[in-house]
Amino acid sequence: MKIDLTETTSSKINKALVEGRRAVGTPTSGMVLTLVIVTDEENAYDALKAANEASREHPSRTLVVIKRVSRSPRDRAKARLDAEVRVGTEAGTGETVLLRLYGEVIDHAQSVVLPLLLPDAPVVVWWAVNAPAAPAQDPLGALAQRRVTDAYADEQPIHELSARAETYVPGDTDLSWTRITPWRSMLAAALDQAPCTVTSAEVTGEEFNPSCELLAMWLADRLNVPVTRKVSDGPGLTAVRMESSIGAIVLDRPDGSLATLSMHGQPDRAVALKRRETAELLAEELRRLDPDEIYARALKFGVDRLGHGNGGQPADGQQPAAGEKAADGSDPAKPAAKKAAKKAAAK
Amino acid sequence: MTDSHGANPLRDALDRRLPRIAGPSGLVIFGVTGDLSRKKLMPAVYDLANRGLLPPGFSLVGFARREWEHEDFAQEVYAAVKEHSRTPFREEVWQQLVQGCRFVQGNFDDDEAFETLKETINELDKAQGTGGNFAFYLSVPPKFFPKVVQQLKKHGLADQKEDSWRRAVIEKPFGHNLESAQELNRIVHEVFPPHEVFRIDHYLGKETVQNILALRFANTMFEPLWNRSYVDHVQITMAEDIGIGGRAGYYDGIGAARDVIQNHLLQLLALTAMEEPASFEADALVAEKTKVLGAVRLPRELGKETVRAQYAAGWQGGEKAVGYLQEDGIDPKSKTDTYAAIKLSIDNRRWAGVPFYLRTGKRLGRRVTEIAVVFQRAPHSPFDHTATEELGQNALVIRVQPDEGVTVRFGSKVPGTSMEVRDVSMDFAYGESFTESSPEAYERLILDVLLGDANLFPRLEEVEQSWRILDPIEEYWDKHGKPAQYPAGTWGPAEADEMLARDGRSWRRP
Repeated sequence: MKIDLTETTSSKINKALVEGRRAVGTPTSGMVLTLVIVTDEENAYDALKAANEASREHPSRTLVVIKRVSRSPRDRAKARLDAEVRVGTEAGTGETVLLRLYGEVIDHAQSVVLPLLLPDAPVVVWWAVNAPAAPAQDPLGALAQRRVTDAYADEQPIHELSARAETYVPGDTDLSWTRITPWRSMLAAALDQAPCTVTSAEVTGEEFNPSCELLAMWLADRLNVPVTRKVSDGPGLTAVRMESSIGAIVLDRPDGSLATLSMHGQPDRAVALKRRETAELLAEELRRLDPDEIYARALKFGVDRLGHGNGGQPADGQQPAAGEKAADGSDPAKPAAKKAAKKAAAK
Repeated sequence: MTDSHGANPLRDALDRRLPRIAGPSGLVIFGVTGDLSRKKLMPAVYDLANRGLLPPGFSLVGFARREWEHEDFAQEVYAAVKEHSRTPFREEVWQQLVQGCRFVQGNFDDDEAFETLKETINELDKAQGTGGNFAFYLSVPPKFFPKVVQQLKKHGLADQKEDSWRRAVIEKPFGHNLESAQELNRIVHEVFPPHEVFRIDHYLGKETVQNILALRFANTMFEPLWNRSYVDHVQITMAEDIGIGGRAGYYDGIGAARDVIQNHLLQLLALTAMEEPASFEADALVAEKTKVLGAVRLPRELGKETVRAQYAAGWQGGEKAVGYLQEDGIDPKSKTDTYAAIKLSIDNRRWAGVPFYLRTGKRLGRRVTEIAVVFQRAPHSPFDHTATEELGQNALVIRVQPDEGVTVRFGSKVPGTSMEVRDVSMDFAYGESFTESSPEAYERLILDVLLGDANLFPRLEEVEQSWRILDPIEEYWDKHGKPAQYPAGTWGPAEADEMLARDGRSWRRP
């Protein structure tokens, strides 16, 4: 069931939620958390779809905060809140409220969200795009136990990682970190099988994919060995190679779904490592709401301390794989600008 | 540099995203063409692989009489997985799995077949890197257990080497009385050491059953009431709506009590009634469970406090059902019970005087398993009699299956002017608050076998204790009277209702 409210307030929305629940016949509900999604109109549909799928594992009240762009200066001055309340089959297993904010109220989104939070249940904020520089300082972020960003969606993902490291507060997490859980789990399993001393490692993956850097930093932090980041055409992460006392351990995934694990002295083995949908990432993210200290340590290791490219000289964190870029003739100084252009072209 | 002999540097207790993945290993299933294997085991293996919990190179070996090639077996696994797996089918997961699929054809007394099995295992160690770690799943009728384990021993397949393991997984029934259970244990333990024998009681793999421990020991609001001062009695029910189906050969002579009460219901009783274990380690758990099972006392008059019955012809959920004695392959004079209800007491400080009623049956009203802890009435009520006329006893019900969850029943004022108190339910549904598809019991149990985690498996002592409880009842039934009858599709015989009525109680309608 769907209730549309225009020029409304949080208390009217709360009333509509109760009415909606009564009408579909589920006056009590087993929702375990409030998920606040902050997005623009363009990304709202996909983000909500992912959240609805994740809500099958984590029934939640989903509040989608959509900040609308007002055209005229007069509209910008005028504050307005529109809401769409969805209860029952239209809202996955929980309840959904789409909040469209116009004008001044955009800067006071927390005043709209606060009265709509579930009592005594955890709050998670997910910025589908345009995450603030310091998530915990953000008025919406301050309401939450868990703040989920996505560096991959950013224009300058690698730079973003450094920024995240500086403003990190326990409870912060990033979907580019979530994306590499299967890789980390398989690499840990490989070392379970053959206890050995790793002497160096190398992470290969597509450019502007912060997951590669995070995986490299995680390995560097855990193993305390030099780790090099190399660039390939993707998709996503393509290979991790660890040199060790028993020879090379290689996890290679050229096609984004089936990987091969090769270890010296052992037969090659196929491993399913599919790239996951946003809904699965979100579901994993909502599974544990305590601070992720392993993420914090990997993040704080620092992008700058990774070795880069084929040349092996350490590159500046904001210029991933400078050597590689120079080799194919494009401007090595502006990878971020290139990604921005690519993004614009895709729109 | 990393420490070469220390713990894995990539693992950290704080890193809770990383799942427990089984080490290099393989699973050999005997009786791989059976129903259990196709409907539960193979899909569970696939689901585990899909969730990324199996090691790279995991191998699955089928052993059966059928004349199959490896490809035919892979095809069979494929079909079973497609039809029965819980998680969506993904080609790359299948590709990972199919590389380790092997089939060995043979009878259980066929020495050649076991030699082939040995070669297959050696070949897998080389090709898939299974490292000599294999679990043998005996999905075969119990009469073949001795044969199979002896063959495993004879061909050196059960030899524990220093850096690898061999485990045996066996399914119920673990014997049909104490004596046969001890005999079976002796045979299995001659070949496999006790800690490498895993007895599957699939109920213990269920999330809701594990939740009994969480509910009781992680909270403060239930445990203070969990004793004779507040609990009036406990009812543990496992009801099935189906008849014996094609299992006549297995079922006749065994009966409901041996099939269900001895393992599932007594395990549920143990988890409900036991004291808090010192830790969640297998040894600590088994100590508490054995202790409480050891304190179980049988009623003095077995004739009055136990009931057995057989379903008679009737209508079950809109379908006509034949009676047990009319089923194909059943002796019309059979005295086998398809329904059993017993009253037990537990002789300890916590439970003295609180009866535990256990019942199970086939062709009952609907399929349901639940534990109902029924509380005493309030000692004094300030409301007058008419106000609380419709108020029952408070109850806490753990719904094990289906529709897993917990219900609390208590009285509440009916809205309106006059004072009237009536029963209401407060409900927690597992599917509502947590994942829509919690893992199948077999997934959890197979993973635990590969990890060597024995928490959720009944030990030898528990099995023997359970038979000690059930044997006198079965002996009494053998000598006295004959089973009562109940129409299919109802909640059991009138005798069972009378049994509770004598105590001034009645069965819950689950």
